[in-house]
Amino acid sequence: MKKKGRKAAGAVTSPLIRRPIQRQFAIFLLPTFLCFCIGFLWPFIQGIYLSFNKFSTISNTSWVGFGNYVKAFQDDGFRHAFGFTAMVAVTSLVLINVLAFAVAFALTKSIRGSNLFRGVFFVPNLIGGIVLGYIWKTLINSVLPVSMSIQVNYGFWGLIVVMCWQQIGYMMIIYIAGLQAVPEDMLEAAKIDGASGWKTLWHIILPNVMPSITICTFLSLTNGFKLYDQNLVLTNGAPVRRGVGMTEMLALNIANNFTTANQRGVAQAKAVLFFILVTTIALVQLRLTRSKEVQQ
Amino acid sequence: MEIPMKKRITDERNTPGKKALTVFFAVISVLWMMPIVIVLYNSLKTNGAVNTQLFVLPNAETFVGFDNYINGMTFGNYPFYLSAAYSVFITLASTFLILLCTSMAAWYISRVSDTFSKVVYYLCVFSMVVPFQMVMFTLANTARDLHLDTPWTIPVVYLGFGAGLAVFMFVGFVKSIPIDIEEAAAIDGCGPLRTFFSVVLPMMKPTLISVGVLEIMWVWNDYLLPYLVLDVTKYKTIPIHIQYLQGSYGKVDLGATMALIILSLLPIVIFYLTCQKHIIKGVAAGAVKG
Repeated sequence: MKKKGRKAAGAVTSPLIRRPIQRQFAIFLLPTFLCFCIGFLWPFIQGIYLSFNKFSTISNTSWVGFGNYVKAFQDDGFRHAFGFTAMVAVTSLVLINVLAFAVAFALTKSIRGSNLFRGVFFVPNLIGGIVLGYIWKTLINSVLPVSMSIQVNYGFWGLIVVMCWQQIGYMMIIYIAGLQAVPEDMLEAAKIDGASGWKTLWHIILPNVMPSITICTFLSLTNGFKLYDQNLVLTNGAPVRRGVGMTEMLALNIANNFTTANQRGVAQAKAVLFFILVTTIALVQLRLTRSKEVQQ
Repeated sequence: MEIPMKKRITDERNTPGKKALTVFFAVISVLWMMPIVIVLYNSLKTNGAVNTQLFVLPNAETFVGFDNYINGMTFGNYPFYLSAAYSVFITLASTFLILLCTSMAAWYISRVSDTFSKVVYYLCVFSMVVPFQMVMFTLANTARDLHLDTPWTIPVVYLGFGAGLAVFMFVGFVKSIPIDIEEAAAIDGCGPLRTFFSVVLPMMKPTLISVGVLEIMWVWNDYLLPYLVLDVTKYKTIPIHIQYLQGSYGKVDLGATMALIILSLLPIVIFYLTCQKHIIKGVAAGAVKG
């Protein structure tokens, strides 16, 4: 009886198997934990420590307190990169989500060839940033009168085009899953009540796909902020004016900063700020959109 | 009852509006694939023709057959086939290691569920939001100090940095498996290892596929991590190779470059065509992170 009661509460462990597994810690958890320490935990802690130091190699450090952070905030390149990144991220967020939703909406309308179209839209998502960037760089630069690394506008829109091409198919998949979960009876009821197409979309469909919207806006915003490969290939931050890369995004700015030996402390401080920024965006975004979701 | 239903559906798909949508999406789909198509036919043209007339199909004068593919293999100062081989090895080895180790870890975490495993779990979840730039310098250093800077050892680094998402997804799945089956196995005398490999792992198949797809796509396309960790004068992966092509000054053979891009897309296209369903499912499952 006792066992049944526990099971109803969704038991995830039981003394019968718990002990024996625990005894095999070295086989089950230890390898992953050790690698996790090497590949994430230790570098992360060391990174935070180093952001308060001046260093060119890890063995040669001197404590400077918040000096690196002050320098990071005073760095024109970093501040410009922040503004530019925010613009790219927000523009791409809006375009990607509106277009992906529109495509998903049309492709769930039981039209001929819908599965084929979905497959096609998804393909660019499989291509990595470097190769994808190279393809578009070749195409865009041969259409434009001057290269993207000369005109800032071209560099900006080049990034947007590349991001849309890569991510629309991905977000479309998530939106399609959301749209297919909209209860049929709600749509039917709206139809019987004589609701127009727009009203149905606004009052029935959108509130119901809110979870998908949460995921997609969250994903596209963080994707935008973390973008590196495409930025590196398309313009590598060029054109440079007064030492500031006009199309340099945050991730690229930080990575480039690490290559200058006497700037590594500042670069690490920027990386910590970048980490805080990305985490904050993720949390705020999640909270904002979660509150609008329909309670199931 | 069935016949009218079917009729209704076919009727629905044949309204003028729907037909127009189909035509519209057919056009868009062709445009969507254009970048790849353009690269494909340019890979069959001479270097000069790629440079001056990118959008013109190859003709009798500019068509060179597969010359670019043959030249591309050894073009530059690093052979492409070597980069491709390293890419394939690193991707497969890392994915295998991640699947094996994190599924075991996830089972331990959810079934033992003591303070230590809970801490590990939350650290893993936390690691998912941390951008790579945060650890890029220190991770590269740690990897070099521990001599993990070869293609044979880099899977360890991938397991470490990529453990977060995999552990998160596996733990989510293990929590949904009824524990009775494992208890039954234990009563029948199975030790934890046997229970895991002959009972739990087979049940995990859908998640194994999802995580596998995500890891394959991540590792295959990854640029910055191998670039920083590997000794790139000795070892290159495909993304590093492509990035070096455009950085090399002097003679850039665009025809050969186009051929190499097609070659680097080929495995992905084959992968996609053979398991499209799993890929889309896996990718959608990965979206729940965060």
